[in-house]
Amino acid sequence: MGVSIQVTNLNAWYGANHTLQDINLNIPANHATALIGPSGCGKSTFVRCLNRMHETNPVARVTGSVRMGGMDIYADTTPVEIRRRVGMVFQRPNPFPTMSIYDNVAAGLKLNGYSNRRALDEIVEKTLRNSALWDEVKDDLKKKSGASLSGGQQQRLCIARALAVDPEVLLMDEPASALDPVSTSKIEDLIFQLKAQYTIVIVTHNMQQAARVAENTGFFLNGRMVEFDSTHKIFTNPSDKRTEDYITGRFG
Amino acid sequence: MSTLRSPFRSRMRALTDHAVTGLAILATLIVVTPLIAIFAYLVVKGAVSLNWAFFTQVPKPVGEPGGGMANAIVGSALLLGVASLIGVPIGIGAGIFLAEFGRGTRLANAVRFTADVLNGVPSIVMGLAIYALIVVPQGHFSAFSGSVALGIMMIPTVCRTTEEMLLMVPHAVREAALGLGVPNWRSALSITVKTASPGIITGCMLAFARVAGETAPLLFTALGNEFWSSSLNQPIAALPLQIYEYALSPYDDWHRLAWAGALVLILLIVLSVALVRYVTSRGVLKGAS
Amino acid sequence: MPDIRASDIPAASPPASSPGSKPAGADSALPAPLTEVSAQRRFLLSRGNSALADRVFKWLMVLCALSIFGIVVLIVWQLVLRSQLTWHAFGFRFFYQTFTNPDSHQPMYWDPVNSLFSAVPFIYGTLVSSFLALLMAVPLAVGTAIFLTEMCPRALRGPLAFLTELLAAIPSVIYGLWAVFVLVPILREHVNPLLTQWLGWTGLFNNDNPTGLGFLAAGVILAVMILPIISSLTREVMSAVPHAQREAALALGATRWEMIRMSVLRNARIGIVGAIILGLGRALGETMAVTMVIGNTPEIHRSLLANGSSMAAVIANEFTEAVSNMHLSALIEIGLALFMVTIIVNAFAQVLVWAVTRGAPAQTR
Repeated sequence: MGVSIQVTNLNAWYGANHTLQDINLNIPANHATALIGPSGCGKSTFVRCLNRMHETNPVARVTGSVRMGGMDIYADTTPVEIRRRVGMVFQRPNPFPTMSIYDNVAAGLKLNGYSNRRALDEIVEKTLRNSALWDEVKDDLKKKSGASLSGGQQQRLCIARALAVDPEVLLMDEPASALDPVSTSKIEDLIFQLKAQYTIVIVTHNMQQAARVAENTGFFLNGRMVEFDSTHKIFTNPSDKRTEDYITGRFG
Repeated sequence: MSTLRSPFRSRMRALTDHAVTGLAILATLIVVTPLIAIFAYLVVKGAVSLNWAFFTQVPKPVGEPGGGMANAIVGSALLLGVASLIGVPIGIGAGIFLAEFGRGTRLANAVRFTADVLNGVPSIVMGLAIYALIVVPQGHFSAFSGSVALGIMMIPTVCRTTEEMLLMVPHAVREAALGLGVPNWRSALSITVKTASPGIITGCMLAFARVAGETAPLLFTALGNEFWSSSLNQPIAALPLQIYEYALSPYDDWHRLAWAGALVLILLIVLSVALVRYVTSRGVLKGAS
Repeated sequence: MPDIRASDIPAASPPASSPGSKPAGADSALPAPLTEVSAQRRFLLSRGNSALADRVFKWLMVLCALSIFGIVVLIVWQLVLRSQLTWHAFGFRFFYQTFTNPDSHQPMYWDPVNSLFSAVPFIYGTLVSSFLALLMAVPLAVGTAIFLTEMCPRALRGPLAFLTELLAAIPSVIYGLWAVFVLVPILREHVNPLLTQWLGWTGLFNNDNPTGLGFLAAGVILAVMILPIISSLTREVMSAVPHAQREAALALGATRWEMIRMSVLRNARIGIVGAIILGLGRALGETMAVTMVIGNTPEIHRSLLANGSSMAAVIANEFTEAVSNMHLSALIEIGLALFMVTIIVNAFAQVLVWAVTRGAPAQTR
């Protein structure tokens, strides 16, 4: 089951660039939360702070606290451990090119030393079904490389890979921006199904997408969070002028 | 520019152009000729001297016809095997350091430069150094010292190709592994190195092929041996050494053996490269790049 | 910032999806909510953070990298240590002194029996054979590179390039074997007499050597051996010249050769010089083929058809037979000198090639 996320006074830098400034935010468990904003506003940096991927860049720096299920991920644990609990789907599908479809899904478990084959078979089938990919790949599970699938299938494979470790939170960084409309709609259907079970944070530059899948939406601008409210309110009656300008397409 | 328009000038220009084209073609032909000549001689002279005895017998004493290079073939295989055990892991490890941990650091630049220096060490000097380092303290020539010399010569090539191939692995693939909470070491070995493995293996084969024909570093280390030996602690025969010795001998019979040895050596190099290519290309999944 | 509670969240409407966009596996519908922690989660929670394994792995890799330093340091240290004897006996004179034969009053350089050692004839032999090789290899390599990058039909380019690369895969000792049995007889029977006849007046081609061995034979086989490296590097720097440069020249009405001269060669010239110097580095240290054909005589002759020796050749030839410590030490000192010269030459060449292929504009005129 998902956990809620409490972010307090989060600041992040890339070198001298102060990319996130004083973010405070509560993300509820088992719901989808969308983050919107013009490109370069810090929304991607923000999700990368939620599983400590931001700090993989040598010039990056973070301060503040992020609590997940009562645990401060920057104080009480290590990057490796927290990333096992927080799945991430990236902007471009990135299946492991040398691995079969099966191994891609099982990667998070196998590479961490899980070796129970029977259980793995079950998990792979279940997650592929949950990711709406099972019927398309069940015949080539161990024959084809993950890289042989179409772009949309690859992205669903990446979602399955993230889900196979049964994470508590699923972060998605513009998961559909590199996909065609049909694949995008499949991904959105999937998010819609998954949010009952996982806490989902999805970054998107597509406002319609945010409106379709998320209960709550946050608007980022220039490294600050301008407004966070229910999606309905953000899109119909935003309280900040800048949000309204963005929603109505007056800039960006 | 108007002078360029005169008919004489333009005819001259066209002529020069043709002449240069002709010269370039001539140069290419001259370059290709010795290559074809060398291979033709190897195949013709080598093939007529090759027989079953070459692969099964050890050298006969001077004056007795026949004999073979069985001991040298086994010796070369042993030397190269041990050399690879030394050179490949160190080279790959250093390559992983350069690509995964050392990016942009001063240490990495220094390692890269030192690897280039090591690559430029003349092979005969490598032989001298290993003689001083291992043969003198041990008190005798040995197969082991020869293997060390060859192994060290493999390191720079393996290291630099490993680094280059690892840098070609897309950043997204590394991120995917990190995002799954896979520990660094596991992600480096099972994801990055595995993705780059075809290129890394090719690099190792290049290093192997380069070292397989080396003679100079073995002269004062493995020394050569007329008899059977498979001990790492004893002098051992090697194909290149045997070719060198027989080529400079005054006996026709040994000259023929030298040609046969050269053919076998070239075939050994080509075959081992082809074999590894074949083996590594088989396990590849459909659609993997 | 507003604190969102679950009760605040409006009931979300399902996405507007056409029937066709329904995922194929949708019959599985919503997965049953888990009531307890799943097996895989329990397993992953039990795994440590691998910090120790990560640290050990990193230090192993650092160790591999550092061992490269260690090896080079050991090599230099051993060479310096074991050449102390001659260094103390002759100092820097080792590299220029000459002796006189008390009987014939001829200059003499190398007499292990009487412990007289001078590196002069070997330095001379190495330089002469290497420069002869460059003289022959450079025009051919550059010509081949021009042909392959600028003129060659596409279908021929791959195989021809592969063939020239193949030259690099042949072991040195096989070049030597071929040189001994094919090249040297040809030189002896056909080439050397002609050279003496036509160019004997220069003094460079006095054919009083009946063997066919000597500097020229060494130079020719070295040329064949360094051709591939010069040619492939030249091709690399030539193809690094941007296409726009070529088109600019052609658009001005240049012929192909003028285009090559004006845009390709001019832009690539520093890289080509680097390639040539890299070839020189290879030629200087080349051992087996040279040892087999240079004649192994520690003498200095003006004639290129005479026997000589080289730094690498004398080591290969005499090291196992050397008995006196002084002799061994002298050979190791020659090795040390060879090592240092090749490193300097190689480093210089690397810098030049690097400057061009890294796209640094060559602006010095």
